[in-house]
Amino acid sequence: MAESKAGEAVIRVRDLAARFDGRTIFEHVSFEVRRGEVFVILGGSGCGKSTLLKHMIGLYPPAEGSIEVLGERMDRLEGAARTALLRRIGVMWQSGALFGSSTLAENVEVPIEEHTDLPPEARALVARVKLGLVGLSDAAGRLPAEISGGMAKRAGIARAMALDPPILFLDEPSAGLDPITSAGLDALIRQIARDLGTTFVVVTHELQSILAIGDRCIMLDKEAKGMIAEGDPRRLREESDNPVVRAFFRREVLE
Amino acid sequence: MSGSTASPARLESDRDGAGRRLAFHGALDAAGAARLWSEAQRAARGARPLILDLAGLTALDTAGAVLLLRLEREAGRAEWRGLPQGPLQALVERTRTALDQPQPKPAPALPFLGRVGEAAWDWGQGMLRQVIFFGEALVGTAGTLRRPWRLRLSEVLRHLDEAGLRAFGLTALLGFLIGLILAFQSSIPMRQFGAEIFIPNLVGISLLRELGPLMAAVILSGRTGSAYAAELGTMTVNEEIDALRIMGIDPIAWLVLPRLLAAMLVMPVLALVMNLSGLLGMGTVMATLGFPPVAVINQLQNWVRLKDLIGGLSKAALFGLAIGLVGCRAGLGAGRGPRAVGDAATAAVVGGIISIVLLDGVCAILFFRLGW
Repeated sequence: MAESKAGEAVIRVRDLAARFDGRTIFEHVSFEVRRGEVFVILGGSGCGKSTLLKHMIGLYPPAEGSIEVLGERMDRLEGAARTALLRRIGVMWQSGALFGSSTLAENVEVPIEEHTDLPPEARALVARVKLGLVGLSDAAGRLPAEISGGMAKRAGIARAMALDPPILFLDEPSAGLDPITSAGLDALIRQIARDLGTTFVVVTHELQSILAIGDRCIMLDKEAKGMIAEGDPRRLREESDNPVVRAFFRREVLE
Repeated sequence: MSGSTASPARLESDRDGAGRRLAFHGALDAAGAARLWSEAQRAARGARPLILDLAGLTALDTAGAVLLLRLEREAGRAEWRGLPQGPLQALVERTRTALDQPQPKPAPALPFLGRVGEAAWDWGQGMLRQVIFFGEALVGTAGTLRRPWRLRLSEVLRHLDEAGLRAFGLTALLGFLIGLILAFQSSIPMRQFGAEIFIPNLVGISLLRELGPLMAAVILSGRTGSAYAAELGTMTVNEEIDALRIMGIDPIAWLVLPRLLAAMLVMPVLALVMNLSGLLGMGTVMATLGFPPVAVINQLQNWVRLKDLIGGLSKAALFGLAIGLVGCRAGLGAGRGPRAVGDAATAAVVGGIISIVLLDGVCAILFFRLGW
């Protein structure tokens, strides 16, 4: 059930700057993510894509600017209000970040157990549903060390979705995956976005993935230390006159 | 998906002809489902047919859908009323599909005898691998003796510093305290016989022959054996060991020999530090009992022999070798995943301590036969 109508901004990033030890990663980054879209943050290695994501989920405090998620200031909230907001987002980490000593089902149950009062039987059933949604029903009892990279990413998505969050953040979902597995993951993301109306923020540099899943995107650049493009990735590929953007989408060597 | 401002979930249940009608109101999200879980199950028990009236729902999420489907499954069949078409209907269908997917069967549990057998088999395998590893280390040593420049000297020095120099403070402190405690405890019964002057004999011999090497080995096992296992275990998990092998570099010569050598060289020194600080602790107690240092030293010179010290120190070197072997073997044999490193460190400490006590027993018999 949508909390309000589609198309409205659920994340607002304004004039964000990230600095570590006086070194500027990016600055003057402003954009909005709208409800129900698959929003892609793209760029070359080292441009600060993952850093931007970690700012958006409140892991790093911004050096400048503000981040608003679901109407709340992510960078200002503390205590119970912050926990309540974190409950409403899900994050899939680059490596999956599954807990190594727990089975996949137990991994999915962790946030459910922490944040709801559901009895054990209900928790197990919800975890089963989530693993079923990502196609991992038959691997529920396996440990993270016993599954493939693609399965770990799927399990990471299942855990991120455990509490039915309206926003999912995915860090490099297709990194290190073969094209078929990667395409399967893209299809899964589209399916969840369509069926559940979930908003996705996806960090990636996989060209095919960007074109397959992205409704809108922004592109960060290491040299420019900030955003160099924003819009529909398919249109950017055709129409952008920025040489870096063109080189990125056409896989060309930048002169 | 649940509305944050929606009213909390509520359940009304009444008879509907032959069956029972459960009417849900408000937001049936995770919080609502948690509250109504047992109440709804109780209300639906034995209801035939079961009618789920959902016209009053304002929100539904996966947990809520799971509750409804659970009720349906209990009753065998349910009549759904008032569920709006669209996203909510789709959510219920998706949840149903996911729940209907075949579940893996849990592996059958072994009977008691089977578990004992499995444990014994694992233990035997572990011992066998330890022996194989010892053999590999011997072969690696032989290879390095033929080409000594292959040994990484800087690595040996690093480990000497790590395992030795940095452990001196701890070893000296523990040694002093143990000497103090031994002397104090033995002074109580010795005083009854007026035999306090023999405390240096007792403490000196037991420290030099047994306790010095043994305690130093326990320190080395806890500090260094576990560190070897954790370091090599992490390298194994990260496939660094495989990378070495593929580059044609023998991990035994590259990683294990410097550590073994360092552990072997450092142990006699640690044992010596332990001995000396222990004697100092004993001397402190003797001083408080009124014996001047010269009396203590005289007593030691007359009764403690050089071969007590040499025997203890050579035993210490052997302990060092054992701790290094067990630690490196635990690291290189680590499994996969983050738990593997912890398991390897535990195995290194437990295995190290067991092996030094066993070796100590062997040495006791050997020294007795040799007349030491």
